[in-house]
Amino acid sequence: MTRTTLKGLLLATSILGSAGLAHAEDVTLTIDSWRNDDLSIWQEKLIPAFEAKNPGIKVKFAPTAPTEYDAATDAKLAAGTAGDLITCRPFDKSLALYTRGDLAGLNDLSGMENFSDVAKAAWTTDDGKTAFCVPMASVIHGFIYNKDAFDKLGIAIPATEADFFAALDKIKADGTYIPLAMGTKDLWEAATMGYQNIGPTYWKGEEGRAALIKGEQKLTDAAWVEPYKVLAKWKDYLGDGFEAQTYPDSQNLFTLGRAAIYPAGSWEIGLFNSQADFKMGAFPPPVKNAGDTCYISDHNDIGVGLNAKSAHAEEAKKLLSWIASPEFAEIYANALPGFFSLNSTPVKMADPLAQEFVSWREKCKPTIRSTYQILSRGTPNLENETWVESANVINGTDTPEAAAEKLQKGLDSWYKPAK
Amino acid sequence: MSSATLSEDGTTIAPRARRWHIAVFLLPAFIVYTAVMILPLIETLRLSLFNTVDGHSTFVGFSNFGVLFGDARWAHDFWNALKNNTIFFAIHMLIQNPLGIALAAMLSIPNLRLAPFYRTAIFLPTLLSFVIVGFIWKLILSPIWGITPFFMDLVGLKSFFSPWLGKPGSALIAVSLISVWQNVGIPMMLIYAALLNIPDEVIEAAECDGITGWSQFWKIKLPLILPAIGMVSILTFVGNFNAFDLVYTVQGALAGPDGATDILGTLLYRTFFGFQLQLGDRSMGATIATVMFLIILAGVSLYLFIIQRRIRRYQF
Repeated sequence: MTRTTLKGLLLATSILGSAGLAHAEDVTLTIDSWRNDDLSIWQEKLIPAFEAKNPGIKVKFAPTAPTEYDAATDAKLAAGTAGDLITCRPFDKSLALYTRGDLAGLNDLSGMENFSDVAKAAWTTDDGKTAFCVPMASVIHGFIYNKDAFDKLGIAIPATEADFFAALDKIKADGTYIPLAMGTKDLWEAATMGYQNIGPTYWKGEEGRAALIKGEQKLTDAAWVEPYKVLAKWKDYLGDGFEAQTYPDSQNLFTLGRAAIYPAGSWEIGLFNSQADFKMGAFPPPVKNAGDTCYISDHNDIGVGLNAKSAHAEEAKKLLSWIASPEFAEIYANALPGFFSLNSTPVKMADPLAQEFVSWREKCKPTIRSTYQILSRGTPNLENETWVESANVINGTDTPEAAAEKLQKGLDSWYKPAK
Repeated sequence: MSSATLSEDGTTIAPRARRWHIAVFLLPAFIVYTAVMILPLIETLRLSLFNTVDGHSTFVGFSNFGVLFGDARWAHDFWNALKNNTIFFAIHMLIQNPLGIALAAMLSIPNLRLAPFYRTAIFLPTLLSFVIVGFIWKLILSPIWGITPFFMDLVGLKSFFSPWLGKPGSALIAVSLISVWQNVGIPMMLIYAALLNIPDEVIEAAECDGITGWSQFWKIKLPLILPAIGMVSILTFVGNFNAFDLVYTVQGALAGPDGATDILGTLLYRTFFGFQLQLGDRSMGATIATVMFLIILAGVSLYLFIIQRRIRRYQF
């Protein structure tokens, strides 16, 4: 089946290619992507906006099924039939394409200055010198809360760790709501919504993450163990039987109004808006002491790169520069609340919850998930181990120290930091 | 035949017709079986002796096996999976098969009312997709929406309920019992068929000798269905050490919590295909697959050459 799809795609691109030649005045650019869901946004909003400003360039958005995207892209790049623009997965998969020469370096692209180094980190070579994809969207971690519940119990938005636990105690004492909607059954909730959500506050975001990659810090250092200690305290505030509570269970508990606080990723916003019939708000991970700098996980998810063998590199660069512009950011972020533009220019969004999430960028320092860059290349895989150990810490199977030690030992077994 | 035999004077021998049709009829099955079973098996065995060195696939002898058993972390994962798999198998042998025999024995009681209904009802889960079974049981046992805590509350046993699928101590047992629930119909049907095969004369003769009830089951019926039980056991063994699907649907590819339900199948899946950020490692995956193959081969050989020969069969 995959092969016929592939053949169809190859055929389609070759016909399109020749069609482009026939009308020399109109250049057609093809964007390869796995974002099926975005097709209508591109066709109805983004492409018309770009074409109106750039006469003579036609754009075609050609999504593949997410599971087939990587294999199809590899095959098409090898056959020379890939689109002019390639949507980039974060980190190693795109890095491999760049090292092989399939993606062009984009350091000199106008518009790249609109992005911070953190935003570009997912599509930059290990030495940090060359960027090869324009960052398109990211997801931000934080906590979504039930505003009605907070108003009823008279709880203010917690700013510090102590406030946070005081609020949890109050919700628990009242008994109407489950304080925190999270389970450990699916493991990744504990790691992604737990550890990677609150962790940056303790390891100081990028500073700690970079030091970990350089080998200057270890996962057994206090800064990396402390989030686990905090996470271990969450246990008392989770619902009954949280050990067997799955991710959809947590979502439903919150949207049905049975839980007060949901440790979240911004991608939930769309779903929650349509399902919850109470008012919602959001707050960033609480800091340790009042007045501390806050850190948020602003994780890069989607980028766009330039096919190094594109026949219309100049036109494609124009499109990339436009994708890097605030104009694109505004259209895209509003069409998909919860997937935020990585552009440094703040984007005004109509959705209040999404606007709340993105407003943290102005006061907090962003970082990405600590395990994603470089550190998950070997066996045992640090990301997977973090899932298991985060769940263990919350379940009480492992102490925070034991969990950190296991993770560091696993990392040490294959990772040698570059000197 | 008569036309092909020697004639009286030995001068003419009609050539024996070559029976091409045998080969022709065997060929499709042979080709399909070779293509989808034998070649992949050989390729897997070959792959387990190779690994990627400096970007090239290189023959490395048994060093993949050395890593699997020698490296502390690989060995830990492997022995953990093997231990869990053995427990998984033991639960099936201790619960599923005796239960299957008991159900078959009860079904074969003459004059049992509604016997066809029970037979169908108990066999039905076997026909369900493991995805459905996994999903149903996750819901039944869910501490939030499940009916288990509700029913246990009705009879005052709520305090004994716990989120079994999420606790390292009980998750494997819970998953094994779900699998038993799904598959108990198979031993039941096989043994039921064996019980029906026992001629009435044997039973009547036993009754004439005064052997009835329980002692009839132990002394007459059980020895007669032993070959079927042996068959069921070896099927259970092969099925359990190849198991993957139910654990994957109920507990996910990481087979949590804390690897408590990780069996050889899920370990192989994660290693070979990768998971999330973990990239697939074909060589180590093939190594684990080879070890699984050898374990199953050893178990089946043990059964075929030692146990099966000693099982006494009765001819009627």
